[in-house]
Amino acid sequence: MSRQSFSALALIRRGLSGHLGWQKQWRKAEPKAAYDAVIVGGGGHGLGAAYYLAKEHGLTNIAVLEKGWIGGGNTGRNTTIIRSNYLFNESAALYDHSVKMWETLSQELNYNVMFSPRGVMMLAHTVHDIQVFKRHVHANRCNGVDNEWLEPEQAKEFCPPLNIEDNIRYPVLGAALQRRGGTARHDAVAWGYARAADALGVDIIENCEVTGIKRDEGGAVRALETSRGLIRSRKVGVSAAGNTSVVLRLAGVRLPLESYPLQALVSEPIKPIFPCVVMSNTIHAYISQSDKGELVIGAGTDAYTSYTQRGALHINTHTLDAICELFPNFRRMRMLRNWGGIVDVTPDRSPIIAKTPVPGLYVNCGWGTGGFKATPGSAHVFAWTIARDEPHPINAPFTIERFRDGYLIDEAAAAAVAH
Amino acid sequence: MLLIVCPYCGKRPEIEFTYGGQAHLARPVKPAELDDQAWTDFLYMRANTKGVYAERWRHARGCGRFFNAVRDTTTDQFLAFYKTGERPPKYPK
Repeated sequence: MSRQSFSALALIRRGLSGHLGWQKQWRKAEPKAAYDAVIVGGGGHGLGAAYYLAKEHGLTNIAVLEKGWIGGGNTGRNTTIIRSNYLFNESAALYDHSVKMWETLSQELNYNVMFSPRGVMMLAHTVHDIQVFKRHVHANRCNGVDNEWLEPEQAKEFCPPLNIEDNIRYPVLGAALQRRGGTARHDAVAWGYARAADALGVDIIENCEVTGIKRDEGGAVRALETSRGLIRSRKVGVSAAGNTSVVLRLAGVRLPLESYPLQALVSEPIKPIFPCVVMSNTIHAYISQSDKGELVIGAGTDAYTSYTQRGALHINTHTLDAICELFPNFRRMRMLRNWGGIVDVTPDRSPIIAKTPVPGLYVNCGWGTGGFKATPGSAHVFAWTIARDEPHPINAPFTIERFRDGYLIDEAAAAAVAH
Repeated sequence: MLLIVCPYCGKRPEIEFTYGGQAHLARPVKPAELDDQAWTDFLYMRANTKGVYAERWRHARGCGRFFNAVRDTTTDQFLAFYKTGERPPKYPK
C-alpha cells in the first residue's frame, strides 16, 4: 500500500487542513496460516529484525507476533540511553554498529526517533573507578569508539547541575565522556520500525502469545502454536526479552538467563536544566531529561528473579539518594511515575544473538539492563543470522556455546547490575 | 518490599536479606567426571521459572544463615519457607 511520507511540507499541509487525513501507521494484520519467517516479540529488537529481513534480505512474507501490544515491554520501559563505550572488542563492535545506525535511523525509517547525541558522562567516585574508566577510554579509542577523560571541573562544565564538592559520600573524582552517546524516543523506535516494516509487507500481530513450538522429525522448527491459532514457519526468531527463556523452553532449549525486575522513574516536567546523560555505576544513578521536561531516572535491578514488571520501592529510594547528592538542586522535585520491566540477564552481562541447537530457531536475548541502545544494530545482525542461517561477523562471538567453551564476554560496562 | 520469614528469626523486611538464586542445586559428587556441557548446566543454566520457584535467601543482616523459600514469580507471593536441607513443605496452590 502506498505510504504517506513524513516531511516538513507534509506536516504544514496536514496542519492547514486540521490534521485530518493522516493514515494509520501500520495495518492491523490477521495471522496467516504460514510465513517464511516469524519473529516472536514486538519490541524494538523484534520489529527491527522484521524490517531488516524485509529490507535487506528479500523476505517479505514475515510476521511479528506480540503477546501484548508493540513496544509495551522493555522498549517502552527503559531510560533511552544510547552509548557504545564498552570495554571488549566484541562488545565495542556490536554497540558501535548500533550507534552508527542510530545516527541515520530517522532518515532510514522516515520517522523521527529523536536521536539526540547529547553526550553520556559516566562518573568516577573511587580510585578503582578512575583506573577502570581510563582503561575504558583507551580501549575504546583503540576500537575507534570516542571516549574521553574529564577532570571534575571539566565534568561540571559539561553538566552544570553536577555537584563536584568533596562534601558528599562519594565525591566525583572525574568522568568518562562519550560525546556521540545520548538518547532517543523509545516509543518512536517501536513505531518507526513497525511502520517501515508494515510498508514492506510485514504482518504485525498483537495480542498473539506463542504457546507451543512444533518441530518435525528432524527436530527443526515447523510451526508455532499461538493464542490465535497455528502459524507455520520454518524460521522463527525469538526476541522476547525477560520471557525468552519461557518461549525457548517450549522447544526444549535451555538458556543461561535469569529474569529480574529493573525499575525506572520520572519526575514532574521542568524547564530544560540537564544537558546530557549522567551515569554512575558505582552509586547507581542514571539520569537524563526528556524533551517533555521530565527527569528520567534509572534504578538498579531488584535482588530476586521475577516476571511481575514491578519492583520494590527501596531500590528507587537508593537511586534517589545518589541523585540528590550528585544534583542537590533536584532535592525538592516530585517524582511522577515509576515502573518496572523484566530484563533477561546472562552470567557475563553480554547478549546472545545466535542460532540455537534447534534448526530454524534463532534467539536474540540476554540484553539485561542495557538493550535499548543496541536496538538497530542488534536487529540488523539478528535479521542477517535468521536470513542466512549463520551469524554476521559482529554477532558471531555472542553464541550460547560461549558459556560451554569458556569464551565469555565478561562486560563490566553494563549498567545497573553488580559485577 | 518483600516480607520474608526467616525460619530462624521470623518475619523481616527484604532489606535484611540477600538473594541466593535457584534452590536445590547440588554440587556434583564427582566433579572430575563432568564433561563441559554438564559443567555449563551446573554453573550457568537456571530454571528461571515463570511461576512457582524454589529459591535460596540468606538472612545476611540477621542470623546470617541460608534458607529456602518457594515463591510465585508471577505475583512475588511467598508460598513457603524452610530450612536448608529440608524438602519443600506442602503449600497452598
